[in-house]
Amino acid sequence: MTNKIWVYIDHFKGAALPASWEAVGAGLTLANDLGGGVTALVFGEGVADLGQQAFHYGADEVMLADDPTLLDYRSEPYAGLLAKLAGDSAPDVILFPTTSRGRELAGMAAVDLKSGVLVDVTALEVEGGAILATRPIYAGKLFAKVGCSAKPELITLRGRAFAKPEPDETRSGTLTEVEAVLSEDEIAVKVLDYVQADGGVSLTDAAVIVSGGRGVSNNPNLEPPGDLDEDGQEIWRAQEGFKLVGELAKVLGAAVGASRAAVDAGYIPYANQVGQTGKVVGPDVYIACGISGAIQHLAGMRTSKMIVAINKDPDAPIFKLARFGVVGDLHEIVPALTAALGEKLGK
Amino acid sequence: MKIAVCVKQVPDTAAQVVVENGQVSWGDAPLVINPWDEYAVEAALQKASDLGGSVTVISMGAENETEALKHALAMGCNEAALISDPALEDADNAAAAHALAAAIKKAEAELVFFGKQAVDTDTGMLPGQTARVLGWPAVTLVAAIQELNPDMIKVERATEEGRQVVESKLPAVVSIVKDYGEPRYPSFMGIRKAARAEIPVWSTADLGVEAPAAVVKWAALSSPPKKDIETEMIEGADAGEIAEVLADKIMAEKVL
Ligand SMILES: Cc1cc2nc3c(=O)[nH]c(=O)nc-3n(C[C@H](O)[C@H](O)[C@H](O)COP(=O)(O)OP(=O)(O)OC[C@H]3O[C@@H](n4cnc5c(N)ncnc54)[C@H](O)[C@@H]3O)c2cc1C
Ligand SMILES: Nc1ncnc2c1ncn2[C@@H]1O[C@H](COP(=O)(O)O)[C@@H](O)[C@H]1O
Repeated sequence: MTNKIWVYIDHFKGAALPASWEAVGAGLTLANDLGGGVTALVFGEGVADLGQQAFHYGADEVMLADDPTLLDYRSEPYAGLLAKLAGDSAPDVILFPTTSRGRELAGMAAVDLKSGVLVDVTALEVEGGAILATRPIYAGKLFAKVGCSAKPELITLRGRAFAKPEPDETRSGTLTEVEAVLSEDEIAVKVLDYVQADGGVSLTDAAVIVSGGRGVSNNPNLEPPGDLDEDGQEIWRAQEGFKLVGELAKVLGAAVGASRAAVDAGYIPYANQVGQTGKVVGPDVYIACGISGAIQHLAGMRTSKMIVAINKDPDAPIFKLARFGVVGDLHEIVPALTAALGEKLGK
Repeated sequence: MKIAVCVKQVPDTAAQVVVENGQVSWGDAPLVINPWDEYAVEAALQKASDLGGSVTVISMGAENETEALKHALAMGCNEAALISDPALEDADNAAAAHALAAAIKKAEAELVFFGKQAVDTDTGMLPGQTARVLGWPAVTLVAAIQELNPDMIKVERATEEGRQVVESKLPAVVSIVKDYGEPRYPSFMGIRKAARAEIPVWSTADLGVEAPAAVVKWAALSSPPKKDIETEMIEGADAGEIAEVLADKIMAEKVL
């Protein structure tokens, strides 16, 4: 491989995560400064099409490892292969999307390569030929500029922090097939089963998020079924409330988020939690319904481009970050907003 | 079975964190066990009690950083060890992974639990990296343990796309996520025992390691740029009117 900038294409069952193409975009920007083109790494089984897509997004070389042992991501065969390829060809930089797979793979390969990882980076600059990366720490309360003095530098990029290039189907490049490094009996981990989550828009990729907090259960006008105990009634009320949140999300093509209070009270699964101990998100629009705006919640969504808050309490801290705020009962405002936006968006 | 759990001491998540003279400062906010690591301690204690084993809690930090260890002892861990050495002051993740791996060996553990991520540096690197240094498989983001015996572990992993069931040989490194279940509170007895505990300090010499020099360099710290947000409160006669005005304003920002 002649390119010095590599990008790992993270995918799930052959579908690339959008952040993988954003990483290709970031790689092309680096290549402008550092020279050469971008090499995409595609590991899996039956994933040749991803190689073609990588060309469309701007890579001019693809290294494809297509092997039954690589069907599902597993750290041992993936990290072993990546370290072998990088050891042989000595790239300067390997970019990854900051997905759970990307993070783990970068870390483990870095140990083999005796190098370091710049994790969950939101901006890259080149200064005198060296890369300086910006990364939020302390849940975004601070920013650190970090660099890596060894090569290759492994860098994981936060989703939605870098622009995705426009794909161009006429583009192609050089595809090189590479071999897996481990055989099945050398791999300690076996994947037995998969229970896919119920679809919906992924929080970390979402351009719009509508979130609900403890306030979602606070609708005294609803009459829960008589056979429920107090907790059951609260959860029932909250689920009715989350239906309103869900309907607004649907009209906007948005993902549904939640505060930890809503998750801990059993209103909605943990997978929906936004915040320091949940998902860190950065959508274009974040609509917070019945969320007070605790520091740990803000940590997960403060980089949203525009925040809209609906809360009964005029002093709720969430309003300080909001572009638009409504003091009122979410159970009235949210359905009315769903209707109004639905009409304007022609839905 | 000997089980280890790795915990980090961090500033409380509610702390106001700022840059002072180029250094991170969290004022007088308390230092606590990394919240993610409480789930790992819970898992370690449950599995030790299921299998009849003991739990050693390990933390790397400055000489006096024993709060997280004491919390884990108070929850019920049997032994604690602090890895502390001036040579590790500037350790990056890879260097830390070498030190933790050596301590896990010294504790003779065959199964080691980690949290998902440290809430100060937010990297989430150490479970995988420590496994790699040990040459053990990494079974990360574990939401539930379905089966565990001295040879193997079978778990449900919480991934972006859903639950993945995987099985691994032991020894292994396991990282635990919040879905695992609420961590127990320290008991009164536990707190008293932890307060009296003498926690051994392991230097790099005690561990017989020379951690690699740090390659990740921190060039500068800064507070996030103050966003000038002008909050516009939307008012109206009723919900319908408010929603209509709000919808128009949102559309006018051309973000949808
Ligand atoms: C270690 C640690 C980690 C944490 N991590 C997270 C995290 O990742 N994410 C997170 O969110 N939190 C996290 N928290 C919890 C956080 O501190 C808050 O407790 C939580 O965010 C509060 O959730 P809430 O805003 O829904 O609830 P509350 O703070 O109870 O706020 C509810 C809001 O709803 C409003 N309201 C009530 N009824 C209505 C109505 N009918 N219409 C409109 N508004 C209404 C109220 O005025 C209030 O402002 C963490 C805490 C700790 C200690
Ligand atoms: N200094 C430390 N001492 C012991 N364990 C640690 C330390 N730092 C991190 N860990 C463990 O590694 C996990 C991931 O941390 P990190 O990779 O730093 O985000 C944490 O949840 C802890 O279980």
